[in-house]
Amino acid sequence: MFVTTEVSTYLAEIDGFQMKIDEGTTILDAAHQCGIHIPTMCYLEGLSPYGGCRICSVEVSTDGGKTFRVAASCSYEIHRPIIVKTDTPRIRRIRKMLAELLVASAPNVKLAQDIAARFGINQVRFKMEDNRCLLCGLCVRICDEHMGGKALGFVGRGPEKKVSAPFAIRSELCLNCGGCDSICPGKMIPCQGVKEPGELCGKCLRLEEMPFCCPMGTFGCFCENNPLDQ
Amino acid sequence: MEFSMVDSIIDKHRCKSWALISILQDIQEQDGYLSQYVLRRVADKMKIPITRIYGVATFYKTLNLVPQGRHNITVCSGTACHVRGSNRLLKEIMSFLDVEPEGTTEDGEFTLNVVNCLGACAIGPVIVIDGKYHGKMSASKTKNLLIKCRS
Amino acid sequence: MKRLESIKDLERLRETIVAKNNTYEKTLSICGETGCRVYGSESLRQAFEREIQEKGLTDKIKLVFSGCHGFCEQGPIVTIEPDGIFYGKISEKDVASIVSETLINGKIIDSLLYEDPDTGEKIPYEKDIPFYKTQKKVVFNNHDLIDPTKFEDYMNFDGYQAICKVFSGMSPDQVITEIKESGLRGRGGGGFPTWQKWNSCRKAKGGTKYIICNCDEGDPGAFMDRSILEGNPHLVLEGMLIGAFAIGSKEGYVYVRHEYPLAWENAGLAIEQARELGLLGENILGTGFDFDIEVARGGGAFVCGESTALVASLEGGAGEPRDKQHLHTVDSGLWNKPTNLNNVETWANVPIIINNSAAWYSQIGTPLSKGTKIFSLVGKIRNTGLVEVPMGTTLREIVYDIGGGIPDGFEVKAVQTGGPSGGCIPNRLLDLPVDFDELTKVGSMMGSGGMIVMDEKTCMVDVARYFVKFLKEESCGKCLPCREGLKRMDEILTDIIEDQGTMGEIELLEELAFVMKEASLCGLGKTAPNSVLSTLEYFRDEYVAHVEQKKCPAGVCTALITYSINPEVCTGCGACLRDCPYDAIEGEKRKPHHIVTELCKKCGTCMDVCKFGAVEIT
Repeated sequence: MFVTTEVSTYLAEIDGFQMKIDEGTTILDAAHQCGIHIPTMCYLEGLSPYGGCRICSVEVSTDGGKTFRVAASCSYEIHRPIIVKTDTPRIRRIRKMLAELLVASAPNVKLAQDIAARFGINQVRFKMEDNRCLLCGLCVRICDEHMGGKALGFVGRGPEKKVSAPFAIRSELCLNCGGCDSICPGKMIPCQGVKEPGELCGKCLRLEEMPFCCPMGTFGCFCENNPLDQ
Repeated sequence: MEFSMVDSIIDKHRCKSWALISILQDIQEQDGYLSQYVLRRVADKMKIPITRIYGVATFYKTLNLVPQGRHNITVCSGTACHVRGSNRLLKEIMSFLDVEPEGTTEDGEFTLNVVNCLGACAIGPVIVIDGKYHGKMSASKTKNLLIKCRS
Repeated sequence: MKRLESIKDLERLRETIVAKNNTYEKTLSICGETGCRVYGSESLRQAFEREIQEKGLTDKIKLVFSGCHGFCEQGPIVTIEPDGIFYGKISEKDVASIVSETLINGKIIDSLLYEDPDTGEKIPYEKDIPFYKTQKKVVFNNHDLIDPTKFEDYMNFDGYQAICKVFSGMSPDQVITEIKESGLRGRGGGGFPTWQKWNSCRKAKGGTKYIICNCDEGDPGAFMDRSILEGNPHLVLEGMLIGAFAIGSKEGYVYVRHEYPLAWENAGLAIEQARELGLLGENILGTGFDFDIEVARGGGAFVCGESTALVASLEGGAGEPRDKQHLHTVDSGLWNKPTNLNNVETWANVPIIINNSAAWYSQIGTPLSKGTKIFSLVGKIRNTGLVEVPMGTTLREIVYDIGGGIPDGFEVKAVQTGGPSGGCIPNRLLDLPVDFDELTKVGSMMGSGGMIVMDEKTCMVDVARYFVKFLKEESCGKCLPCREGLKRMDEILTDIIEDQGTMGEIELLEELAFVMKEASLCGLGKTAPNSVLSTLEYFRDEYVAHVEQKKCPAGVCTALITYSINPEVCTGCGACLRDCPYDAIEGEKRKPHHIVTELCKKCGTCMDVCKFGAVEIT
């Protein structure tokens, strides 16, 4: 006997495209289904959505287009007919400021620079810091959801929020799988560009360089400096 | 701190995971702070990953992970107290004791905390020293109290 | 206490209690609220107990250690009923004379009476005191005659009568209709129609439903909820009972912030008493209805006042709000079950509505904002305390008629309402009625009821920075616009205050505000810019003065002001020289002193101690 469960579908109109979407699908996924790309930062397919960066913000209307409010498309699930606009002046204004805030906080993280460049930011009006962690939470989620480790978590709150292993040392829950390390966008070695004509900077070859979150920055890593290995 | 003390507090709250914050607060009453060993014990007994316990312990202001001074001074920085000059009061205490908020003086005597409103706004500026409330405080009144505490 | 098995049992118990109460000749009530306790009202109570016992009056005089009397400025307060006499600023040395003169001989002691600061008139009766005259006590009715640790006191004043009325033939739908007709809207700040929330939760899919009482009152300057829960916890419990019946819930939680120890102790005690009596637990009063309540403590996080963050905290985790715009808490809240969350004051209004009828309740207030609201009136105001007025009362009436105006002859510059999510209302808008909608129209909000009065010596840029700094520290940190936005707003405002501001930064503040309002994950981030936006709207000139003229018109921002002594006023008494912690004052005896600017740290001590007003700020 086959048992089929009825899934409701709803009419979703995204940037003018109309389609029937299964209940519970996120706007981001629905947009992908009709080929519309929405920029993201803390989202990764396969991991649960976090809704932290808000870069995937879109305008949503559930009253037939009379009023629109802003929502994060990665975590907004469709449970009724909706109209979505992914690229309006309001959304662009939001994304630009978010990108400016991001790159002011972490200018040495390539992903932040990429996002800023994509939204046309060429100057930052805030004091530049040098954080290497974007607080995207991908490492926390991959450890928790895919590896079953639960060795990393968010610590503190507000501007002091960080990603860390408990007590800032690699915990016994850590499986040494390297998942957090590989998924971290902050780890990417920034391209400094060539300064002198003909110069080879050699940075891209320095792959053995430690992740920038280390040492003692955000969480314990896999290099020989970690006390758990001694 | 004895693990049996930790266990009995957890049992008093019937080991309910939703009571975690109250459990940590009750345990903290004993030593004034939550040590690594105590937190790991809670994780073991309540079968909650230590990562989550650590995340909760670092999220809430009332939970301390470092030993506190012999005396605790809390300055209320609620709006009503602020408008009555609590910021100036705080600066004076900081310079008198040479300590930052959430820090402890070098001699281990005083820990300074700032709280966002104790709800005693009518008698602001309010300072709590070792659980005792003092209202309508000024810089000089506070200094005298601190000197009394020291001796 | 014997367990009550039926409504008849409860009524019989009530009759006994009321009869016992009627044997007393007078009631002496001492305010036992946290603020008055700071001034020693506990030892005052012990002193009265001793004195009354010594004089053999224990059967004639009922002593009540009650919740808040409201007029915190006059604490410790003692009132005598049924006369209605009000004595303020009482100390232990007054106990003997109050007992012998007033209680025994019926004489009023003039020196203990409230004195009108303008006319010098002594006012013996509470109802005639300007602070109380125009208030309307609905939630605080009989508050001063109820000892929160004694359930009998609550029973004496129609306690648990509403739930009996509900159990005697009302259906859940009828209860919800009654609440609908009363017009009750949420008192926590949102102003959402209470009946609608209850109805949605009732209709939500699933058998297990939860109700929550939000006592995480985090708005600095607000202590209404604390007073209600501390002073009359049974009123709140009865409200939750009625709500649970209407919604179909068996489990309720009272979430109290950690900073309110007396509130969670009294709530816990009231729950134990209710359980003993069988008013909580299984088969309540023999009706077959089960419901129980637990107290949960907060950990010190303002964000936990937001309902999804509160739910996350109640589940034993960090107070991170959930980004579930498509799913409301009434459909999926605590442990993903339908959950109805209401504020303490909202719950407190429920038994009152059921007892007195929706028709009676809806006559109070304005067409869209029914009932009364309790405000905490604090800051630069003569009569600080808690006031309960009908919705629609103007700010001017509250600040001047009830509040007594500003001390020291200053003028109201602005009234800050709605906590950090609210805004400042300038002097020229004081005739606005206070209700859910009017203040929102001018860029503020009524919020949960905090009302902070500011005078000319308050710098509005400093106020904006104060709120931004507060929210920055309280932000959960999950979302980028709030976490980074507040950090940068704080940096910019600090620049402006410390002499580094530029005009471009004001525009940048406005741009940040727009993005934070639109893109933040939860209400904290979305309303965080309000303090900046409302101060910019009404006090833009102050921002410009800080940035362009490098001056602080209110004389607050230390980087932009200078302290000096007016040589024409200074008598050379030397008080400032003696008290200056930085030895920054020089001068000979009886000759005008002066402040050495390089050493002056602008702590303000000299201004505080000078009896002649010779210290000036420019």
